[in-house]
Amino acid sequence: MSQIKPDARSTVSATDIAVSVRNVSKVYGDVQALKDLSLDFPRGELTSLLGPSGCGKTTLLKIIAGLLPATSGQIEVNGKTVTGPGPDRSFVFQDFALLPWASVIRNVAFGLELRGVAKSEREAIAEKYIREVGLAGFEKKYPHQLSGGMRQRVGLARALSVDAQVLLLDEPFSAVDEQTRRKFQEDLLQLVQNEKKTFIFVTHSIEEAVYVSDQIAILLPRPSRVSEIIRPSSFRDKGVDNIRRDPEYLDIVDRIWASLRSYVE
Amino acid sequence: MKNRSLYLKLLSAAIVFGAWEIAGRIPVSYAFPTFIDSMLALFRMIFDGSMFVAYGETLRPLVVGVAISAITGIGLGLWIGLSSRFDWLFSPIFIVMQAAPLAALIPILVMVYGIGLTSKVFVVCIMAMPVIVLNTASAVRNTPGSLKEMARSFQARDSDVLLKIILPAASPVIFSGLRLGVSAGFIGAILSELKITPTGVGDIITYSRSIADYPSMYAAIFSIILLAVIFLNLLEKLENVLFEGNNRGYVSD
Ligand SMILES: Nc1ncnc2c1ncn2[C@@H]1O[C@H](COP(=O)(O)OP(=O)(O)OP(=O)(O)O)[C@@H](O)[C@H]1O
Ligand SMILES: [Mg+2]
Repeated sequence: MSQIKPDARSTVSATDIAVSVRNVSKVYGDVQALKDLSLDFPRGELTSLLGPSGCGKTTLLKIIAGLLPATSGQIEVNGKTVTGPGPDRSFVFQDFALLPWASVIRNVAFGLELRGVAKSEREAIAEKYIREVGLAGFEKKYPHQLSGGMRQRVGLARALSVDAQVLLLDEPFSAVDEQTRRKFQEDLLQLVQNEKKTFIFVTHSIEEAVYVSDQIAILLPRPSRVSEIIRPSSFRDKGVDNIRRDPEYLDIVDRIWASLRSYVE
Repeated sequence: MKNRSLYLKLLSAAIVFGAWEIAGRIPVSYAFPTFIDSMLALFRMIFDGSMFVAYGETLRPLVVGVAISAITGIGLGLWIGLSSRFDWLFSPIFIVMQAAPLAALIPILVMVYGIGLTSKVFVVCIMAMPVIVLNTASAVRNTPGSLKEMARSFQARDSDVLLKIILPAASPVIFSGLRLGVSAGFIGAILSELKITPTGVGDIITYSRSIADYPSMYAAIFSIILLAVIFLNLLEKLENVLFEGNNRGYVSD
């Protein structure tokens, strides 16, 4: 794994906001899942949504994806108001959502298939991303022949292959063991650098959020709101191997734990 | 592996036929012929052509009825599964149809449609359709929501969701409904020939029983079972061709 090089990602100008959430509320029957939530996601960066279970992270992600309507408020992606799913966003599902009857390559190419891309073209693109997520050689396998981590990579490759500007990832690493998870986190950092896309990443793990994020939004229940936005700055350019030993990294982890611990019984 | 399952099938056939032969020789009942006698009667009827004439009669209501049941059954099932209002309207009809004592309905059918082909097709449909409709509807309703959501996130059109998500996801259960429906259709076809007018294979059964030619009677029954088994195997082949992935196993979570 190569070094993460310093870049200009930590300086954000107001015009460079890829996704902007404005005063969004969501009510399910008598549960107020989100209340008047506003948050900006800078272009080309990875923003984590971190918060206790049930605070509305998945709800927010699905509203951004256009899969759920907001009760009030609005979402803008590249300045355009979201009214439903669009080609500018793609979703990586926590439960993978792979077609069990389709091979890896058809699954990865499925987003393109739905958009009417010709078979040879979409399979060429799919092959590229299958290689990129490290599944070369598994193109003809079926999902039940893969491990949980490999299935998640298929879901990731599918989301990447439609070349959306914004990637929405709902706890993508929750189904894998700790070693694989660390590898995925390193790969994710690499991916953020290579793909120049905006990543919105839901996680339960404080360490994971601090490790991979340019910006961390801490959500608190209930009703959910953004309680704090943290932008780690100094350890990003120290290389993947040193991040976990960096004093700022450890500091931020502690700080987040301090603000979340009161919500954990 | 393939060979092994073939051996097992042959073995179980040999055991059943062996038991039949022994039961015929004891004999269990004077009206129960041996396997060999029945097979001889079967070959005799095949070679003198009477079997073909009989199946010419029997297959007509069977094929027409099964085709109608399969096509309208799957269509209605899809509709019922997709629309809750339609479900509310039509599901009870098919549940009642499935539970109805068919033999009691036959006189009414004959009164309305006479003793011709129409009544027999109706009997086949009443037997075959409900299970096809109900299986299709419940398979469609149980399509994993996450797959539909995934397709929506890639801006799938409704027709794509139906053809690329719902149908393949539902296909194993739809086909098991078809298999049950086809078996019930065979029963319906024979029942209609026994209860409405004795024609075809039903006629062979009725006639040979009336003259105490039990080997012929059992040969006719055997032939219809054999035909049903062949037909069900063909259906399985069709499923494997249409939905290649179905025999690949499923992701458990
Ligand atoms: N379809 C629904 N109908 C009713 N209430 C819902 C629905 N989906 C979510 N909720 C409620 O909204 C709240 C937020 O749910 P959400 O799934 O967004 O939480 P989350 O932050 O993703 O939790 P987790 O970290 O456990 O995945 C919860 O209290 C949940 O009970
Ligand atoms: Mg969630």
